[in-house]
Amino acid sequence: MGPLWLLALIAGLSLFGFAIGRWKSVALAREGRQPMAARPAHYGSFVLVWTAIPAVIVLILLSIGRPYIADHAVRAHLPDNVLADETNLSLAIANVEQVANGLKTVTPDEMQNIKIGVVTARSVFAKHGVPLAGDVEPYQLAAAISLNAIRATLSDITDVTVSLVTALCLVFAFIRIKPRLRARTAVERVILVLLILASSVAVLTTIGIVLSMLFQALHFFSMVSPANFFLGTVWDPRFAAAGSQESGQFGFLPLAWGTLFISFFAMLVAVPVGLFSAIYMSEYASSRVRSVAKPLLEILAGIPTIVYGFFALTTVGPAIRDYVAVPFGLGTSGNNVITAGLVMGIMLIPYVSSLSDDIITAVPRALRDGSLGLGATRSETVKQVVLPAALPGIVGAILLAASRAIGETMIVVLAAGVAANMSLNPFTEMTTITVKIVNQLTGDLEFTSPQTLVAFALGITLFVATLALNVLALTIVRKYREQYE
Amino acid sequence: MSSSPAPFQTIRTPDASPRPTKIHADGVKVIYGTKQALHGVSIDIGEKSVTAFIGPSGCGKSTFLRCINRMNDTIVGARVEGKITLDGEDIYNTDLDVVELRARVGMVFQKPNPFPKSIFDNVAYGPRIHGLAKSKADLEEIVVTSLQKASLYNEVKDRLQEPGTGLSGGQQQRLCIARAIAVSPEVILMDEPCSALDPIATAKVEELIDELRTNYTIVIVTHSMQQAARVSQRTAFFHLGHLVEEGPTDHIFTNPLEQRTQDYITGRFG
Repeated sequence: MGPLWLLALIAGLSLFGFAIGRWKSVALAREGRQPMAARPAHYGSFVLVWTAIPAVIVLILLSIGRPYIADHAVRAHLPDNVLADETNLSLAIANVEQVANGLKTVTPDEMQNIKIGVVTARSVFAKHGVPLAGDVEPYQLAAAISLNAIRATLSDITDVTVSLVTALCLVFAFIRIKPRLRARTAVERVILVLLILASSVAVLTTIGIVLSMLFQALHFFSMVSPANFFLGTVWDPRFAAAGSQESGQFGFLPLAWGTLFISFFAMLVAVPVGLFSAIYMSEYASSRVRSVAKPLLEILAGIPTIVYGFFALTTVGPAIRDYVAVPFGLGTSGNNVITAGLVMGIMLIPYVSSLSDDIITAVPRALRDGSLGLGATRSETVKQVVLPAALPGIVGAILLAASRAIGETMIVVLAAGVAANMSLNPFTEMTTITVKIVNQLTGDLEFTSPQTLVAFALGITLFVATLALNVLALTIVRKYREQYE
Repeated sequence: MSSSPAPFQTIRTPDASPRPTKIHADGVKVIYGTKQALHGVSIDIGEKSVTAFIGPSGCGKSTFLRCINRMNDTIVGARVEGKITLDGEDIYNTDLDVVELRARVGMVFQKPNPFPKSIFDNVAYGPRIHGLAKSKADLEEIVVTSLQKASLYNEVKDRLQEPGTGLSGGQQQRLCIARAIAVSPEVILMDEPCSALDPIATAKVEELIDELRTNYTIVIVTHSMQQAARVSQRTAFFHLGHLVEEGPTDHIFTNPLEQRTQDYITGRFG
């Protein structure tokens, strides 16, 4: 049986455990000698949990341990000269694995032929569709045979152990069902552990991502000095041929400038449009208009950014080039900062408007009434009372949108190009940090050269920048929350 | 209720020496969507006096109060019928600017609702939007006088730049009254102004209402019969969207003519 079958077995027995556990508790309750400490479903879940969890843990432990034992068995058959060659050891073991896989396909007759040397193992394997790099050495054959045998044994052991554990736990849990058993607390404790595990996944992943980026970035900074990276004004990583000592220039500033410049134009579009639409939605629109327009606006947030990229590439970019840039002599490229900023700004409108709308709507009605009751017009009320009260929250929304703008990649590639320029003219090609990360990490990679490792340095810089923005946004939003609770 | 066949008759007792009428309402009906909240209320409210509206929750007293400065306009689906005049001028006339009306008829709400601005800016808000102050010194004078009239000045004079939301509940409510006074209204509507305050703060606000009566026409909605008795000259009793009885306060509380008024003020229902 494979692990999938074992899991199915565990699942089946657990469900069975739930059914009989529930049945037993109902029966006990009917006897009525003692009041039951929990509901029937809790006793069922108690048996289910007790059946499934130990079995799954045993299965996981065995699955982790098996490769080590198999590896050990292979090494026992390898000759000393192979074992001594540290660098190619893993390759040798992989070769044995390959042979072992091939052996599974051959018939007993063919096996006999291979053993007495009438045919080569390689030709037999090739016939069955298992290609080998070279001829099979006798020691490899022996190791492969023993590997297969060990694997089969281990698989059997796993099957038996897991089945036994499952069945024993099932019986044990079933016997434990008594009226005074606090099944509810036990089950709830298990659920609590599950909840904790689920939330730690996100936290641990974040830590893992940061650490993996950090080590690669430190590796990069051991080759290129941080001063050259953070203060360099030329981005020219030069994918040098392997072995060449030319390292290229990794100036971060053009990318940072491009990112900020494009984000600036994006925010220039998104903030006023988003904010005005939020004000309209929350203060002026009738509920009927609002119920149609708000979802429509939010659909914008669901469009994949690559689609915005097409729009920029085929429509906005050429239009700006033909009607603005060329006539005024400002540039000749359909790829430019303005296009990227405009289209990205449109993409960000729903982020700004939807969040701000919620925040503006949350401003207490009493404040509006107070202002209107003093004879202020609606517009005065919005400008002087509602917006100032909602301002911290709106700033939070804008900062969230800004961190989206900084992290955006697809629109920039298609709308602003990939050339790292540092210019004040928004009609030139420019590019951003994320685009360059993609650039450096596509193609045939070798994680030892600064050309690839620079991506991690860029990544962690970007991570820190957006994290700072998000923390700022959250702090502001939290402060806002306290004001009205 | 709304289909009661007999026309409803309000029992009225006039004052011994009637004041000039400031607000006159005639057959005011309010419909929220499909629910009728007021079934034709007619009343005359005298100048420079305090009129109290009492009645059980949901009787329509707050609804009627909000008609007087057209705050019901801000509620989606609310419809007002009938006629209300302020100094003989129809306030539901389409020519009338509602903003101007609300400057003449100020309002203080149930829950103190200072703006999240400084104490000074809270009071200066109305004068600023209506352009009542010609200079900075002018504005400062208006703010100080209004705070004095609301008997709050001595408590806050050293911290006018601190946020109004940092004051205690009673101080906040007096700040809201100062804010309303700063626009120099003719009428001040108060919607249960003391329901969120402790007894000491309530006493201060009541004292203040009594002082304000010399210059302003005040209409107050209250759930407290004692409060109505203490501060008002005339009292109107509302029940189920009808104005049941109105008359001089001492008369209503000592000698009500209508059984329901009697039951309500003696605490038999409500």
